[in-house]
Amino acid sequence: MSMLVSTSPHIRNKVTTATIMRDVVIALMPALVASVIIFGFRALLVTAVSVAAAVLTEYLFQKGCKQPITIQDWSAVVTGVLLAYNLPVTIPLWQAALGSIIAILVVKQFFGGIGKNFANPAIVGRIVLFLSFSKTMTAWQFPDAVSTATPLAVMASGDMSTLPTHLQMFLGLKGGCLGEVCVLALLIGFIYLLVRRVITWHTPIAFMGTVFLLSWLLGGSFDYALSQLLSGGLVLGAVFMATDYATTPSTNSGRLVFGLGCGLLTVMIRQWGSYAEGVSFAILFMNILTPYISRWTRTKPFGGVRA
Amino acid sequence: MALRRLHGVRVPHHKITADLAAVKMPPPATVTIPMSMHIGAPAKPLVKVGDYVTVGQRIAEAAAFVSSPVHASVSGTVKKIDEILISSGRKVPAIVIESDGLMTRCPDLKPPVINNAEDFLQALTDSGIVGLGGAGFPTSVKLTVKNLDQIEAVIVNGAECEPYITSDTRTMTDNPKLVIAGARLLQKHIGAKRIIFAIEDNKPLCINRMRHFCKDEPGMEVMALPAMYPQGGEKVLIYHTIGKTVPEGKLPLDVGAIVINVTTLASIARYIKYGIPLVMKCVTVDGSAVRYPKNVIAPIGTPMKDVFAFCDGFVSEPKKVLYGGPMMGIAVPDLEQPIMKNTNAILAFDEADATLPETTACIKCGRCIAHCPLNLMPVEIESAYERGDIEALVQLKVNICMECGCCSFICPAHRPLAQTNKLAKAQVGAYLKAKKEKEAQEK
Repeated sequence: MSMLVSTSPHIRNKVTTATIMRDVVIALMPALVASVIIFGFRALLVTAVSVAAAVLTEYLFQKGCKQPITIQDWSAVVTGVLLAYNLPVTIPLWQAALGSIIAILVVKQFFGGIGKNFANPAIVGRIVLFLSFSKTMTAWQFPDAVSTATPLAVMASGDMSTLPTHLQMFLGLKGGCLGEVCVLALLIGFIYLLVRRVITWHTPIAFMGTVFLLSWLLGGSFDYALSQLLSGGLVLGAVFMATDYATTPSTNSGRLVFGLGCGLLTVMIRQWGSYAEGVSFAILFMNILTPYISRWTRTKPFGGVRA
Repeated sequence: MALRRLHGVRVPHHKITADLAAVKMPPPATVTIPMSMHIGAPAKPLVKVGDYVTVGQRIAEAAAFVSSPVHASVSGTVKKIDEILISSGRKVPAIVIESDGLMTRCPDLKPPVINNAEDFLQALTDSGIVGLGGAGFPTSVKLTVKNLDQIEAVIVNGAECEPYITSDTRTMTDNPKLVIAGARLLQKHIGAKRIIFAIEDNKPLCINRMRHFCKDEPGMEVMALPAMYPQGGEKVLIYHTIGKTVPEGKLPLDVGAIVINVTTLASIARYIKYGIPLVMKCVTVDGSAVRYPKNVIAPIGTPMKDVFAFCDGFVSEPKKVLYGGPMMGIAVPDLEQPIMKNTNAILAFDEADATLPETTACIKCGRCIAHCPLNLMPVEIESAYERGDIEALVQLKVNICMECGCCSFICPAHRPLAQTNKLAKAQVGAYLKAKKEKEAQEK
């Protein structure tokens, strides 16, 4: 009889990296359904191409480097879906695929794979595409195939007459990237993630709260602040991108600071920058600050005496 | 009461033996009684090979203040006094007694005469009772308090937060009067003003029973605490009952608390009443490999294999066998390991339960931080340990880790965080000691 000897504990919780990532994918599904309803079948196609490119890139890289294959942990799927959600529905498919390849290969695998990357892969993928293909990346199309400006662009232009109503913005009847428009669907996903304890409320609430309050302060009206809250990639970014584990602080106090910083930078870019949208740049910048935030927001050990 | 609750994890309870009254097993053919079943110096044998001993006879004496005597658990002949390898990897002397099957009681056993607190403490020393919750700290030492006014509350630990184990549950359901008698002794001899029975709320029967018996006892109360592992951890229990934080490097007594396991308390009362030292132990026998899980009262020193055999053996080959619960229990290399004073359960698991999931990369989710009862940062400790940064480990306070295992349990990447903490603790301990010595030399 041979028996296993190992140190305690001898049992493990059922939650694994794969179940967490799968939960994120599930939480992203309402937004996909909404996107297909709003923009049509092509939204699904773009998402599928982006996911396939992400998963395939991870697989081929790991195969080529003789590393253990990790595609079964669903994290590449999450990256693929998130990148697609940050693209206009009219994006050429090869560009969507290229974004995924950059996200997985350069941002994730070159830095050591899951958990080791310092920046959110999907965000960097989006920014690279945005800077490289600014034309196709800003070809906003309204549900009825008419090209249109996004609410943020409208607000930046100062002519509020063509701004959609708050209800339209909440439901997603506006120009924008395919996964970001329907705030309702994203909030359903947010609630799911909270219930499943995949994320905590700290970053999303601090992020969205800061944007709302600062916009109110600077824009002078509740209406304006609400429009800012419901526009662009704010809800998508705050709920799904600023809560990425590896690239954000691990403590709740750190997450509050992270969310505050993201909100502050987003408003600064939206108000004074040359881009109408600032969510992805704000998150990327805060990703870089994360090691410092983590150091400032360490927990206080119970009964610990300062060494 | 505490202002907030410390973190922890929700573990599966598996308390399937909770309703099974403890059954006494017949004496085994031989018992192997280690001289080190407590914290402190190993006991010194008083018998030699060939001696005939009886149940309750003292066969080894306490070798120091922090030590404990050992008594024969069966009647029979001393066969061997030899070193055995125990599960911690250390070698300790042990007395092997071949049982004559008669369980003849030592004629000298009689209830101790107690006139004052000194007599009480002496009786505790003689009883061989040690902390039965698992730590095995000699009870007489714990209750030797210079300044009795210091004691604000005695917390009787009936939390039993480990999965599977129900031996304390059985103490509270089968012997509540002994528990109360033990509490009265503490009131009388160490002047305990407030005695709190702390029980997890997944044991409503124990709570009801203890409340019933506490009703007319001044200074005694029952506190039902949420079933949240590690509720029974000493620092956790003190914080959740009287709201006091035991600082790093200090003892519970420094914040006016004494924590004593409920079965320990009952054993004290039993000794004072009947004069029977600690020679039997109720252990929960459970786990997926065990055919009929039970609570078994076994003579100390009984080889595990005999206790499992008393439960009709195994349904499948045991692949991992533990002393204690699955969160903090110690895996044993073979089934010859004896039941010890501080053994509260022996669990045997089949292959499926014994095999742990594979470790994957850390995803920095922060669950280990969010669930650490002591607010430590296992993820940071792991990375500091891996890069050999001892200064960082000191800053991260890995030394206060109580090794409860919440971090390893909750980690979605199945990283052995508690194990790393243990390794880091040892490093930090050696480092701080060397630093202190160096400083002393420089002066």
